Amino acid sequence: MAAALINVPAKAKRGDIIEIKTLMSHIMETGYRHLASGEVVPRDIITSFSCRFDGAEIFRADLYPAIAANPFITFFTTATESGKFEFAWIGDNGFSETASASITVE
Amino acid sequence: MPEPHDSTRRQFLSLAGGVAVLGAVPIVTLRPAEATPATLATAIRNVVGEAAVQTGKVRLEVPPLVENGNTVPMTVSVANPMTANDYVKSIHVFNEKNPQPNVGNFYLGPRAGRAQVSTRIRLADSQKIVAIARLSDDSFWSVSVDVVVTLAACTEEVI
Repeated sequence: MAAALINVPAKAKRGDIIEIKTLMSHIMETGYRHLASGEVVPRDIITSFSCRFDGAEIFRADLYPAIAANPFITFFTTATESGKFEFAWIGDNGFSETASASITVE
Repeated sequence: MPEPHDSTRRQFLSLAGGVAVLGAVPIVTLRPAEATPATLATAIRNVVGEAAVQTGKVRLEVPPLVENGNTVPMTVSVANPMTANDYVKSIHVFNEKNPQPNVGNFYLGPRAGRAQVSTRIRLADSQKIVAIARLSDDSFWSVSVDVVVTLAACTEEVI
């Protein structure tokens, strides 16, 4: 199952400011919750998200347990040329996911 | 006969009291250490260092009344141009009363075009949220917003 949902416009005019929306399915367990028996549920969150365009980093975020489950992050970038956005999520317990999206700039 | 009736009421009351005490214990032990204004200030200092934080430029959009603290939409925008010489380097969001003071750090660059990020956050209590933006000249701008939360997140019991 694809865990990531990415929304990038397929086409844009050169110089346009475009919005990028990303969603990664993840429980984002805070590490502050308890079972009825009193045990702490161990933390399991995504700690870092980054977006690269043709290899250069354009956006990065540090996430904390205060980010809701299934982290949804939107941000903006300028369409300069056709290319590929690469997204990466890194988290606890070796969590690592990537996704990509292409854009055509006219 | 009145006597047995009395004794059952006494038994019932003592039993009810015992249940109430048992019920109260987990509430007390489950109460986590929460971020206080002091830890909030420390978390902010860790980001800004000794620099002065000015009020303004930053806009933090959060619903003023939140029904479910588990997922609260939040948008932070900074009224600053995004040019090669004058842009927003990063946006940091903090809270006052979640178990820890950090919410998220977002790093932008001049090519972002618009200094705005949105995400969904958790809020454990009615509290103050602070957003701080760092500009390319290393000045810091902040805004704080008060939010009322009716259903808390982060610390509820897992069933």
